[in-house]
Amino acid sequence: MNTASASLRDAHQARRRREVVTPEGIALPFHVASRSARAGALMIDFLLLLVVSITVSIVIRNMTQGAFDAGEPENSTGAAEFLYVLGTLFWFLLWNGYFIALEMGPRGATLGKRMLGIRVASHDGGRLTAEAVLARNLLRDIELFLPLTILLLGLIFAAAGEDFGWSLWSATIWFLIFMLFPFFNRDALRAGDLIAGTWVVDAPKAKLAAALSTEGAARGGSSTVTGAEYRFSEEELAVYGEYELQTLERVLRDDRPEAMEAVHEAICRKIGWNPGAGDERAFLEAFYAQLRARLEGGMRFGKRKKDKFDASG
Amino acid sequence: MKAPILSTLFGKQDVAAPPDIEAATLRSDRFRLEREQDWARLEDILARIEKGRLRGISDDDVLALPTLYRTAASSLAVARETSLDAATLAYLDSLVQRAWFQVYGPREGFFAWMRRFLGGGLSRSIREIWLDSCIALFVMIAGTITGWLLVMRDQEWYYSLVPTQFADSRMPGASRETLLRTLEVEESAAGMSAFAAYLFQNNAGVSILAFALGFAFGVPTLLLLVHNMAVLGALLWLYWDAGLLWPFVAWLGVHGTTELFAILLAGAAGLHIGRKMAFPGTRGIMAAAAEAGQRGAQVMVGVVLMLVFAAILEAFPRQLAGTETRFILGSFMLVFWLVYFYAFRRDRDIAPESVRA
Repeated sequence: MNTASASLRDAHQARRRREVVTPEGIALPFHVASRSARAGALMIDFLLLLVVSITVSIVIRNMTQGAFDAGEPENSTGAAEFLYVLGTLFWFLLWNGYFIALEMGPRGATLGKRMLGIRVASHDGGRLTAEAVLARNLLRDIELFLPLTILLLGLIFAAAGEDFGWSLWSATIWFLIFMLFPFFNRDALRAGDLIAGTWVVDAPKAKLAAALSTEGAARGGSSTVTGAEYRFSEEELAVYGEYELQTLERVLRDDRPEAMEAVHEAICRKIGWNPGAGDERAFLEAFYAQLRARLEGGMRFGKRKKDKFDASG
Repeated sequence: MKAPILSTLFGKQDVAAPPDIEAATLRSDRFRLEREQDWARLEDILARIEKGRLRGISDDDVLALPTLYRTAASSLAVARETSLDAATLAYLDSLVQRAWFQVYGPREGFFAWMRRFLGGGLSRSIREIWLDSCIALFVMIAGTITGWLLVMRDQEWYYSLVPTQFADSRMPGASRETLLRTLEVEESAAGMSAFAAYLFQNNAGVSILAFALGFAFGVPTLLLLVHNMAVLGALLWLYWDAGLLWPFVAWLGVHGTTELFAILLAGAAGLHIGRKMAFPGTRGIMAAAAEAGQRGAQVMVGVVLMLVFAAILEAFPRQLAGTETRFILGSFMLVFWLVYFYAFRRDRDIAPESVRA
């Protein structure tokens, strides 16, 4: 069973959880986006920009060549100049405008961020303003583009055998300082986030799963396969708490036969039943529905049982 | 061994049959099934807003959005206390969060923002960083004088200060004629727009750098300003030495008043951030940095716009007009920016929104 990895994931998730209180007084949970997701999003955006700008540059160069090849020199220098201006402006707008325009949009995320399900939000729970998006993206220039350019140039010079040592080292250190910045604060803020008062959070798009208590054996307690009816006594249900209930829910929703068999066996052993075979799902559905009814009943009276070690339920 | 009823009843969203509420044995599931259609409607509206298809949303939906959001939010609050269905809770968390982003999200489009920005927002931000602007001005003047004095004492300084792209013919010991030629009026405008585009990109890069370096408590911003202005001081000395100070100032001033002003503001915006981080006052350093950063970002958009002006001025009127025209144009631009930034005030923007409506 992969309960160990699941609980590790839960612990990781809990560490990234922050709460923002809405004006309605509801504490909304936010999860700080993982650093790997952000790095991945950045790489996707970066690749996208590189591909687009290089393609456009090649097209413009070919057009310039074409302008020179075709006829009169005065006209063609004018055309070439126009193309150069176009290229320069395009480059500037693309690399500075891409992040700003997309993050100002309703989804607050670039294409890379959308793919990885994260978005930019205001750190204090207020509105994400246009100014904040501008500020966080202007800082991107010194955090990333500048040291990267120096590094690339340095590597090219170094490959050509020229001495570029000092600035290569300083560019590397510069780059590392900003890249490591998110690792030294709780909310994984980069320098731009700090300046703009923003942060990057998970933007999950959960689908509404089916209600488990309307289906199968959860409904009446009887199996549709064998017709057997599962009824559990108060003592049998009292062994588990909310944590186990949610693990069971996950197993039922995943619907993997081998996992269900293992859980079925574990529950039977715990409550002293003889594990049968072939009707695991109906058993688990019935157990789930009755355990949940018991725990929710307790909740209504203010009694909660966290997990099987919790003696209060 | 999945029961068939599972996949058919609620598996698909577009089968909008009312849910079989009586079939649910659990009270919390009945609660959920009663409200699930409102949630689906909210989700549908959100999906369309997020895709930017605002025209596809009917007036009814727009009006319903806040209500649906509050319904979903209160459902979430109730579900947290009564339901142990982790999937439903996760769904509601995500739904309410998405709705919250749209309901409390930015409400103005790019053009509305631009109008507010040009019609007072920019001027206000620039007035708010007046102290930093004064510091930047002082540092820039000091840098110019330093450059001048250094080169006057020892001409070797010229070569270490001025980048090689300027030092082609403009070097100490060059004859008056050579220097005069660098200030000459060009005969045609060919190649000028390419030059302007290059200048704009270059200057915008320097300004963004000056702003962004303010992050390190403003120190690198100051160094950058001093260095850039020392170059200017060195060039000024060179032309003064050849008796060409007046034509040089006019030549520089056409775009220089705009460009130097822009660099001053970029440096001031950077300093502002550095200063607010070093002395955050009564608030936390995070809040202070965020406020200063957002103000600085507004100034920077203004700086980029000014640099567009500067590049156009630099490429065309400077190269094509004589000394007097250059001088008048430069002074006019300076007065224009000063009036726009410091004398142009609109009470409308200072008044709260309720008064405006």
